[in-house]
Amino acid sequence: MSLEKAITVEINGVARELSAPANETLLDCLRRHGQFEVKSGCEKGDCGACAVQIDGEAVDSCLTLAWMVEGKKVTTLEGLNDADSPHPLIAAFLEHGAVQCGYCTPGIMIAAEAMLRDIPDPTDDDIALALSGNLCRCTGYTKIFTAIKQAAEVLRAGGGDD
Amino acid sequence: MLREFELDMPGNLQETLARLPGGTLLAGGTNLLVDLRARREDAERLIWLGNIDGFRDIKIEDGRVIIGGGTTIGDLLRNPAMAEAAPSLVAAARVFGGQMVRNQATVAGNVCSGSPAADTVPPLLSLDAEVHLTCSTGSRTVPLNDFYTGFKTNQRKHDELVTGLSWAAPGPHTANLFYKLARRKGDAITVVGVAVTVTRDGDRCTEARIALGAVGPTVFRAKDAEAMLTGEPLADDLIDSAARKAMEESSPIDDLRASADYRRHCIHVLTRRLLKQAWEDAA
Ligand SMILES: Cc1cc2nc3c(=O)[nH]c(=O)nc-3n(C[C@H](O)[C@H](O)[C@H](O)COP(=O)(O)OP(=O)(O)OC[C@H]3O[C@@H](n4cnc5c(N)ncnc54)[C@H](O)[C@@H]3O)c2cc1C
Ligand code: FES
Ligand code: FES
Repeated sequence: MSLEKAITVEINGVARELSAPANETLLDCLRRHGQFEVKSGCEKGDCGACAVQIDGEAVDSCLTLAWMVEGKKVTTLEGLNDADSPHPLIAAFLEHGAVQCGYCTPGIMIAAEAMLRDIPDPTDDDIALALSGNLCRCTGYTKIFTAIKQAAEVLRAGGGDD
Repeated sequence: MLREFELDMPGNLQETLARLPGGTLLAGGTNLLVDLRARREDAERLIWLGNIDGFRDIKIEDGRVIIGGGTTIGDLLRNPAMAEAAPSLVAAARVFGGQMVRNQATVAGNVCSGSPAADTVPPLLSLDAEVHLTCSTGSRTVPLNDFYTGFKTNQRKHDELVTGLSWAAPGPHTANLFYKLARRKGDAITVVGVAVTVTRDGDRCTEARIALGAVGPTVFRAKDAEAMLTGEPLADDLIDSAARKAMEESSPIDDLRASADYRRHCIHVLTRRLLKQAWEDAA
């Protein structure tokens, strides 16, 4: 048996203690602890469904071991949202129908949010570069691009602040 | 579930080196964890490199660029100085995996994985980079050009850690370009990768480097083609002959991504195109 240990980590602003064996991925660990918004797809870095942010950087949680996030801040889709005022990305995805089955959506929003902090006014090329690790089998991406641009506009105008 | 292993998480360089003998280094895990899941890899003890202080740092000192053993592909893209200090490497970083993989994958891990399709290697060879290796008893530097000994084999000893890579930032009359031919721009394995460096003094080329990826057992420099260009004005017909020579120096294989013939054809075309562009840019 791989050694099991408790790791302290902040998930979406809440301090947590998660127990995990050495060989558990962050993806499996988060889902085992109830974070079902983190989706499991390919489990090998190809699809981006499992994307989360560690200290603000988007990574694939299927290629991260749970122990690696000891002492760090993990943000999932749930951490972007706010019950009173949905994140501008969420509002824009709803408005533009950029969600069909929704399986890719949590990962896409995590990737898009990280990009928007670096590039507040992204071009199509910027969005393509930021989303090249996220597969969507439903939408054809057009509406996703439109929604991200609208969210960028809202954020630039100072909208979506908590 | 991944197969079982022990996971060491040393807190600094010294501890890492002490734990190294018999262990397998884990950097971004974008090769290693995928291989472990696919049961292609059976490492029993992994040593994570993520807790070494300053291991991701990028420095430029006296015109020499030094990246850490933990520098990621994303770090290259976020560092504004890299566009000039390593143009070909930044071009490779922009077509490397997706955002999440770029944030995890390290340059050293890419170099050590030794795949002939590893995208940072043609740029690093075109920049004449050196590999810095350290073990508990000392350090050494190996030119990347001498690093590979065969398909996925290299000169690194089992107790050595790659602590970084370095190269001279290209000067004002040097152009350094990379092109990755693949099914699409993002998240695709390279069919042919070409990196070139051309240094120009007036109407002569004083130095040329051509590095080719995915068309041999290792990434390599087409030295016969380079020799044809050194000291010459790069007229179109000379560029075409050198590009053809580069093609002759390669030994591509047929695989699911492309035929050997197609790869050879693309080396000729891409090398010619990049040399021409580099010659103009270096003016
Ligand atoms: C979805 C996906 C897309 C990808 N796209 C690309 C692409 O476009 N281009 C490309 O070239 N590759 C690509 N890769 C492959 C992979 O991301 C790269 O090879 C990456 O750079 C490996 O780095 P890493 O830090 O993840 O290495 P790891 O997987 O952690 O390690 C790889 C190997 O290097 C050794 N190692 C790591 N660091 C050191 C060190 N400092 N010293 C000594 N040995 C070390 C490890 O022991 C291991 O054997 C992709 C992978 C995935 C999963
Ligand atoms: S499940 Fe992690 S990238 Fe597909
Ligand atoms: S909405 Fe179904 S995969 Fe993207």
